[in-house]
Amino acid sequence: MKILCLIRQVPDAEARVKAKNGLVDLEGATLALDGMDEYGVEQALRINTDGANTVAVALGGARFEDAIRRALAMGLERAIHVESSEHLDVVTQAKILAKIVQEEQPDLVFCGGQHADSDSQALGAALAEALNWNQITWTTALEIENSSVKATHDVDDGKEQLELELPLVITTQQGLNEPRYPTLPNIMKAKKKEIRKASLADYGVAGGKVRVVKQEIQDKQRLNKLIDGKDPTAAAEELIKLLHVEAKVI
Amino acid sequence: MILILAEHDGKKLKKTSLEMISAARGLNPEITVALLGAGAGKVAEEAAKYVGQVLVVEDPKLEPYDARVYSQALQQIAEQAEASLVLIAGTRAGRELAPRLAVRLDAPYLEDAVKLEGIQDGLRISHYAFLARVTETLEATASVIIATVKPNTQPAAAPNAQDGDIFEVELELTASSVRVLGRTQEKTARVALTEASLVVTGGRGMGSMENFKLIEDLADVLGAGVGATRAAVDAGWRPYAEQVGQTGKTVQPNAYICAGVSGAVQHLSGMGKSKYIVAINKDAEAPIFKVADYGIVGDLNLILPALTAAAKRLKD
Ligand SMILES: Cc1cc2nc3c(=O)[nH]c(=O)nc-3n(C[C@H](O)[C@H](O)[C@H](O)COP(=O)(O)OP(=O)(O)OC[C@H]3O[C@@H](n4cnc5c(N)ncnc54)[C@H](O)[C@@H]3O)c2cc1C
Ligand SMILES: Nc1ncnc2c1ncn2[C@@H]1O[C@H](COP(=O)(O)O)[C@@H](O)[C@H]1O
Repeated sequence: MKILCLIRQVPDAEARVKAKNGLVDLEGATLALDGMDEYGVEQALRINTDGANTVAVALGGARFEDAIRRALAMGLERAIHVESSEHLDVVTQAKILAKIVQEEQPDLVFCGGQHADSDSQALGAALAEALNWNQITWTTALEIENSSVKATHDVDDGKEQLELELPLVITTQQGLNEPRYPTLPNIMKAKKKEIRKASLADYGVAGGKVRVVKQEIQDKQRLNKLIDGKDPTAAAEELIKLLHVEAKVI
Repeated sequence: MILILAEHDGKKLKKTSLEMISAARGLNPEITVALLGAGAGKVAEEAAKYVGQVLVVEDPKLEPYDARVYSQALQQIAEQAEASLVLIAGTRAGRELAPRLAVRLDAPYLEDAVKLEGIQDGLRISHYAFLARVTETLEATASVIIATVKPNTQPAAAPNAQDGDIFEVELELTASSVRVLGRTQEKTARVALTEASLVVTGGRGMGSMENFKLIEDLADVLGAGVGATRAAVDAGWRPYAEQVGQTGKTVQPNAYICAGVSGAVQHLSGMGKSKYIVAINKDAEAPIFKVADYGIVGDLNLILPALTAAAKRLKD
């Protein structure tokens, strides 16, 4: 089976995000392969345990190369990097990625369920539509037999079990598996793996449907009033009083 | 004209629908509500109280929900009605459907808006980004735009003086190729988490399923909803429906009270906009205290019962 894994390079979840002149400034921030995408990479390597026929696909700035190397070090066979530092709306991203899918002809595409930069959940479904494929979003369990896929995924009020046929776009999330850490030998090997570079021009798709006007950090000022709990009854009395009299929420 | 895909349960409109209607009224008085799926007809009269036009589609191919079929249906309605904006609820189902519709219409997609403003020939929205650490403002101009509206961010609309018109619509749809094998619905007897004005949440620090009784007792005295961290859900102590965070629910209550929760970014992204944050943790260095308004440093096994008792005394 041939599998594509869409990956992104995003600020580390713990990183403090800064803004400069009304836009997020990632200068100096720790960047990493999006945690949500790692579940897809891991799942691809559980399906094709030798890593054969697994391809990382990244659409983003030059810095995305670190995330690509990480996915290769986890075990994917090779990568395609469409290099662009333009802000691309999701419909445009889906059109470009659909062309890559059509070139590569995979059976399965993995995509993170929500991206840690745009907080968007849209890419998997948008790509599926651009391909006229089905998708499974928020997948937590997956079983593939021949061309039949059984999956459990989260819906708004619980869980649902589905059965579908390949090809599919599957969006991944925590719970699907435990992503592996790359070993040192695999990190060395990954340095030699192929990353095919492409540009937006190669795909003849123009972006620009959505403009970013501004990005602001809103750190709400918190009161930070800490009470010592050595005397539980007194501490509880004090907290309930603060919530009643000062915050007026109970 | 604004087209709204209303969420309903076959009996009533869901709250998200009234929220989208109120957001739409601020943009354009001409509003059409589309009601799709089983029981849509039963909700039509209710919907007509709020908008000028209601379209009902009860095609059996719309059951069970499949984003692929729904996007086909909405495309046909949006094109025939010449909608300039399509609003869809920012629920999981809506955020799976909306990008499909945007691709079909080759339209800009603005996702999970907390604020919507009209601009010349287009729309400006604000939404959260970078795991809700950033508020981003986006703009698009086009003949048709698709947007999802984050639940619980808009007031609910009030009925109009005059009822709108109801039309039944026939569409040409392709049958779904997805087989639904099963569904587990998680319902709570307490107030719905996302609608609760107070939430009491427990984390891994609760230590066991049984110990969540301490959380439930406090929640019951306060009339609060019960939440859990992913750690507590993964341990099997609480149902997934109670999970708050990046992969769970987003809540914004007047007070969010949590015990045994460390304050991981993925958790904060689901509750960080709460008006007041209250934390109980034995570790004074726990990151949750950095975002807390009030906190008690101590053992939750002693603090939670004391809080329940103190809250009871206040209520009596
Ligand atoms: C892609 C992804 C998505 C995620 N989505 C979510 C999500 O939606 N929601 C979510 O919650 N998490 C999510 N997580 C997980 C998140 O990173 C954390 O692992 C999780 O929130 C930790 O839960 P916790 O605070 O309950 O547990 P811990 O981090 O283990 O914290 C337990 C806390 O309890 C305190 N404690 C222990 N005993 C006591 C006691 N007796 N009295 C008082 N305090 C005590 C400890 O000091 C500690 O601070 C996600 C992670 C990833 C990678
Ligand atoms: N929401 C998004 N949609 C599309 N691309 C994005 C988004 N967020 C970040 N990017 C990409 O990340 C780039 C930053 O790359 P760089 O400037 O090389 O560090 C942006 O300019 C975009 O190409």
